[in-house]
Amino acid sequence: MNSQSYRIGIDIGSTTLKCVVLDDNNKIIFSDYLRHFSKIAESLNIMLEHIKAELKLNAKSKTKISFSGSAGMGIAESCKFPFYQEVYATRQATNLLYPETDCIIELGGEDAKILFMTNGVEFRMNGSCAGGTGAFIDQMANLLNVDVTEINELASHAEKTYTIASRCGVFAKSDIQPLLNQGAKKEDIALSILYAVCNQTITGLAQGREIGGKVLYLGGPLTFLSKLRDCFDKTLNIKGVLPDNSLYYVAFGSALLSEDDINIDDIIDKVKNYRNNENFAYQSPLFKDKKEYEEFKKRHDSDYVQTLELKGYDKPLYLGIDAGSTTIKAVLIDDEKNIRYTKYLSNGGNPVTLVKDILNEIYAINPNIVIKGSAVTGYGEDIIKNAFMLDYGLVETMAHFEAAKKFLPTVEFVIDIGGQDIKCFKIHNSAIDNLFLNEACSSGCGSFLQTFASSLGYSIEEFANLGLFAKRPVNLGSRCTVFMNSAVKQAQKDGATIEDISAGLSISVVKNALYKVIRASSKDDLGKKIVVQGGTFLNDAVLRAFEIELQVNVIRANIAGLMGAYGAALAAKNLNLEKSTLMDKEQLKTFKHEIMVTTCQGCSNHCRLTINKFDGKRTFIGGNRCEKPVTKKVVNNDLDLYKYKLDLLKSYESNKGSRGKIGIPFALNMYELIPFWTAFWSELGFEVVRSDVSSNELYHKGQNTIPSDTVCFPAKLVHGHIIDLLDKGVKDIFYPCMSYNVDEGRSDNHYNCPVVAYYPEVIKVNVKKLGENSVRFINPYVGIHKKKFFAEKTYEKLKEYYPFLTLHEVKQATKAAYKAYQEYEDKVRTEGERIIQKAREEGKMIIVLAGRPYHVDPLINHGINDLLSSFNVAIITEDTVAHLVKKMPPIHVLNQWTYHARLYEAANYIKDKKDMQLVQLVSFGCGVDAITTDEVRDILERNGKIYTQIKIDEITNLGAVKIRIRSLLLAVKNKEVKHVG
Amino acid sequence: MSDKKIKLKYNKQGRLLFTKQMKKEYTILFPMMAPIHFTILQQVFNHYGYKAELLTSTSPEIAQTGLKYVHNDTCYPAILSLGQLIHAVQSGNYDVNKVALMISQTGGGCRASNYIFLLRKALKKAGLEKVPVISVNLSGMEKNPGFHITLPMIRRAIAAVIYGDLLMCLKNQAEPYEKNPGETEKLVHSWQDKLVQQMTHRNGFKFKDIRKNMDLIAQDFAKIELVERKDVVKVGVVGEIYVKYASLGNNCLEEYLRSENCEVNLPGMMNFILFKIDNRIEDINLYGGSKIKKFVCRWLYKQCEEMQKSFNYSIKHFTKFQTPATYAHVKELVKGVNGYGNKMGEGWLLTAEMLELVDAGYPNIVCTQPFGCLPNHISGKGMIRKIREMDERANIVAVDYDAGAPRVNQENRIKLMLSIGRENLVKEMKKEEDKSKENEVTA
Repeated sequence: MNSQSYRIGIDIGSTTLKCVVLDDNNKIIFSDYLRHFSKIAESLNIMLEHIKAELKLNAKSKTKISFSGSAGMGIAESCKFPFYQEVYATRQATNLLYPETDCIIELGGEDAKILFMTNGVEFRMNGSCAGGTGAFIDQMANLLNVDVTEINELASHAEKTYTIASRCGVFAKSDIQPLLNQGAKKEDIALSILYAVCNQTITGLAQGREIGGKVLYLGGPLTFLSKLRDCFDKTLNIKGVLPDNSLYYVAFGSALLSEDDINIDDIIDKVKNYRNNENFAYQSPLFKDKKEYEEFKKRHDSDYVQTLELKGYDKPLYLGIDAGSTTIKAVLIDDEKNIRYTKYLSNGGNPVTLVKDILNEIYAINPNIVIKGSAVTGYGEDIIKNAFMLDYGLVETMAHFEAAKKFLPTVEFVIDIGGQDIKCFKIHNSAIDNLFLNEACSSGCGSFLQTFASSLGYSIEEFANLGLFAKRPVNLGSRCTVFMNSAVKQAQKDGATIEDISAGLSISVVKNALYKVIRASSKDDLGKKIVVQGGTFLNDAVLRAFEIELQVNVIRANIAGLMGAYGAALAAKNLNLEKSTLMDKEQLKTFKHEIMVTTCQGCSNHCRLTINKFDGKRTFIGGNRCEKPVTKKVVNNDLDLYKYKLDLLKSYESNKGSRGKIGIPFALNMYELIPFWTAFWSELGFEVVRSDVSSNELYHKGQNTIPSDTVCFPAKLVHGHIIDLLDKGVKDIFYPCMSYNVDEGRSDNHYNCPVVAYYPEVIKVNVKKLGENSVRFINPYVGIHKKKFFAEKTYEKLKEYYPFLTLHEVKQATKAAYKAYQEYEDKVRTEGERIIQKAREEGKMIIVLAGRPYHVDPLINHGINDLLSSFNVAIITEDTVAHLVKKMPPIHVLNQWTYHARLYEAANYIKDKKDMQLVQLVSFGCGVDAITTDEVRDILERNGKIYTQIKIDEITNLGAVKIRIRSLLLAVKNKEVKHVG
Repeated sequence: MSDKKIKLKYNKQGRLLFTKQMKKEYTILFPMMAPIHFTILQQVFNHYGYKAELLTSTSPEIAQTGLKYVHNDTCYPAILSLGQLIHAVQSGNYDVNKVALMISQTGGGCRASNYIFLLRKALKKAGLEKVPVISVNLSGMEKNPGFHITLPMIRRAIAAVIYGDLLMCLKNQAEPYEKNPGETEKLVHSWQDKLVQQMTHRNGFKFKDIRKNMDLIAQDFAKIELVERKDVVKVGVVGEIYVKYASLGNNCLEEYLRSENCEVNLPGMMNFILFKIDNRIEDINLYGGSKIKKFVCRWLYKQCEEMQKSFNYSIKHFTKFQTPATYAHVKELVKGVNGYGNKMGEGWLLTAEMLELVDAGYPNIVCTQPFGCLPNHISGKGMIRKIREMDERANIVAVDYDAGAPRVNQENRIKLMLSIGRENLVKEMKKEEDKSKENEVTA
């Protein structure tokens, strides 16, 4: 017995600590796990004592120990315990337990891994951006207001799935929220979430390598969620295995790797004496002492709205509802603007039921209530207004502005940090002037703090308050949620306390808002009169961090979390109605809500519609991008240049061609060059086969060959277009590299961006099918900018593939190509002129929807042009006005990209046009636009114009876009009124 | 000193110029990238009468300053190098009215060409618009009356680069094996000082001098006493030029790898320079263009190539260390994998360097890139699959660097790469042992 040795393997991941003890025969004689709530040393100690007692170990027992897992790195290093990387440990375990395995899929708290064990061993871990996985499912469960295990239960009753962005947790969230608000079923969403995780893992990690053979599922999420395993099985068309001890592979491998003897008491001593280096970047504390905090408290307590009794009150009342992304808030006010009722509920997935409950409660408290006005704002505005027949719906920004004015009539800047989004705007001439919304990527915000608090076992209030007197708030940077998660991990490793982390997170939330969303560098940017609101600011730590960062005292009302609803109530009051149309007590009793899900056949977008029927008569449709399914009318997009351009480009067809077929992907720079290359190849006697217009199916076809998961969506789409061409049976695909674009003579240089320029190189080496079935991928470097040399140089390069070509032919083709391009340009410009003229005749606003030529792709722009059309405005593109600028004033960036030069000119052109506005489309991850957006904004704002930016990616949520557009239109209208008045 | 106000002059576009008067009175700050190279480079500027000062600050506030004044979606190198500059100006260590900033501008299609504009925007935001900014470039962009890049200056700068490359190359090969810890580091410093000394005395620039110095350096390094260490993992580092070299940008990657018992191979800067010159020639080959321009580029190319030749000669002749691959060789390796027209950022050179490293016995590679680096989507991450296909020894980890990307995640991924590297090393050693045993048996 005494000769028996005990090999202890410890695996400390982001959330749990797992332990395995092996005997000499590699048999598990002990295994256990516990959540460590970031108290690594304490938890480890508990575990070790537990082992000692359970296995009756003493100083004489032969023990060995070894560590693994990202959160174990710090303690192992400092206590000088051996440490093995977790993927490596997993492999050791698998080699022993399941040697015939071909591939392992392991999901952990924050990591996702795929290990290819045969045919070229390869280990893949998710990149720093692709967070998600276990933590992601936790967050989603939170959003649905269910337990993680319930997700599995729900998913097994699903009937349909929705497409949820599969890249990053934050994106997925912004997909799910609107679905919830539109009334989609929780069951369906649950399954969609699991599929999203599955897709994310496969696209992010497989990168074109096929997953097959014997597949092993490891890690928490795959162990506990059988439906998630089903998703993988179905998607990969395999039958994966969940082995025994699937949670403990890392710990097992780690135990196997342990070598040196060390007795248990020494281990425990070392852990007890463990002091980490406490070497992390930190900032000054939020409060020096209690006294400073008391003063701060006193100052803010003066911004106060009274709450009075609702029971028995018989004078007029006004109802405001804010159906937000994660919460529902309701407020009743009286004529003196006092509050008579408030409700704050977390949006557990169905806003309609919640509002019904709220109304019932109100009618129960005061059966003789007199409601003279009702208004709703927020993501759920439409459905709630429709369901309960409210009088008025208003855009969130207006609601917040209304409320802010109550506390500070001369307010200059309002910032609202809610659960899901940050909204802030400037007020100029008592109108909303400049709106900032957080991009889908940097959400984080309130729900981030919330999730974090609960993962550490605190309520959000407790958690935030912990930070108030932290000595050394951790410096966590100002990035998106996923990054912060890992930054916290780092801080823990370095020995930051919970208090330091709490304070650091509060500061991060503020920095995120200021530097990512608003892009402010000093308080002067925001003005002096600032009102802060949103539930997040109820945390004194966040509020304090904000004041410190800006070095200015701001106003926070006691109802900071209810400002949207309060503003809506104020708006309802301002309607001055005799009686509200709001559903009364009797009507509410018979209220019925039915949901149906269907796919719209109105156009090629094929939106997934959720049809809500109320009381069997009122219908509300969600998920639509245009008004077609609602009004049954075709959107009038006669004044939509996006549509015109797409139709025009689609119309380019070549003749049959005697010399064979040549395929061209309808993507990136080839978009605008379709006329050019179609003419070129037709003239040479080839039949040009163009890939289809992008669709989700097309995208998915190529999704698994994308090597870089952080490249922009338009580039990712190219993979699908190439596969599409192959599916069409084309043997020769032409997709040239182009460092330079057309030289329009309007900028310092005429480059393409690096991704556009060289994406053919990525395609060439990553799309395996290009090397099969005698397919030829033709991607020479061509110089379209040098017309003089073009024919000769291109001839040299094409000769290699088509020896029968003559220089003369290529010269003719070149002529035809440039001519066709010119004609295309003329057509677009002429149509632009027509639209401008017609819009002016009809008195419509003209919006320059500025981006890149390939933003015309409906999958890239998500039908934003249709959405705009539904607001009754005319849409033109940047290239229809850019050329009208005769002399471009100097700009403050190096103007060296052809497409981007057009943006600056378009901005410059509209700067003094009263009826024109510019909305810039920016693809997420576009590096170049970090430069262009600031400059375009600058050109516009210097000239008193409003700058609006819309970030687009795989996501299909148009909710945020709607807010932006509505706010823009409202602001413009207000400006006009001011002007006339 | 004179309290006389210096007159600020602007060009027609409203750009603040660096005047001759400023040349006399202003300190010119420039951001750190590769410490050995840049320390010597600093002397080149000072040789021509500028008061150039290389910033060596490393405080975490640098990134924060960058984030505050530069668009957060901009690449990390911009945030750091601009952050470092502004942080220095705001530090109080310099007279704000007597300081100018200097930054390189490549003029390529990558965002890096715009750093200088971002810097001006940032200065404006920080209320420092009176601080002049000097562009260092070879494309004739942004001229200043008080700052000129001349051909002799370029030659001297190239000398600084070649010295830096040599010291770095030898140091990296000697240090992990040195018998007396610290000996290599000391030698590097002593040569760094010696070269700086020479340069302040206007020596060490001529081709003849360079050759002589290189021989002497090689001889000195050959004297370092080495011991055999079979457990050292050989790791190559490639990537976007700033995060590849700057410890500020890559969380002290070199130091970390050294602490993990690795020999680090950082391909030198000379190939990057040759690459940038060659790009101009390739451009003309691909798209047509001026014959004179091509001729000038060829001349410059030849000069650098010559220097590279004697660089390799010195190593080969005087030491047992490995010589780095020549530009021509590296270029040949990448043929058919990534086109020669791919020139933005590190372009095809990045792919080529990975291929070369695998070839040269450094199959374990860290491919560093700023988060969202555009050219690296293509030539870095985009090519890894292909490289592995071509040579399955390749063990590459791509690591993103960013103000928010925490070190623990980066190190965890690097650790994985190292575990595999170590395992391969053990396998290799075993193979060798078996072989030698076999030989014994047959003998």
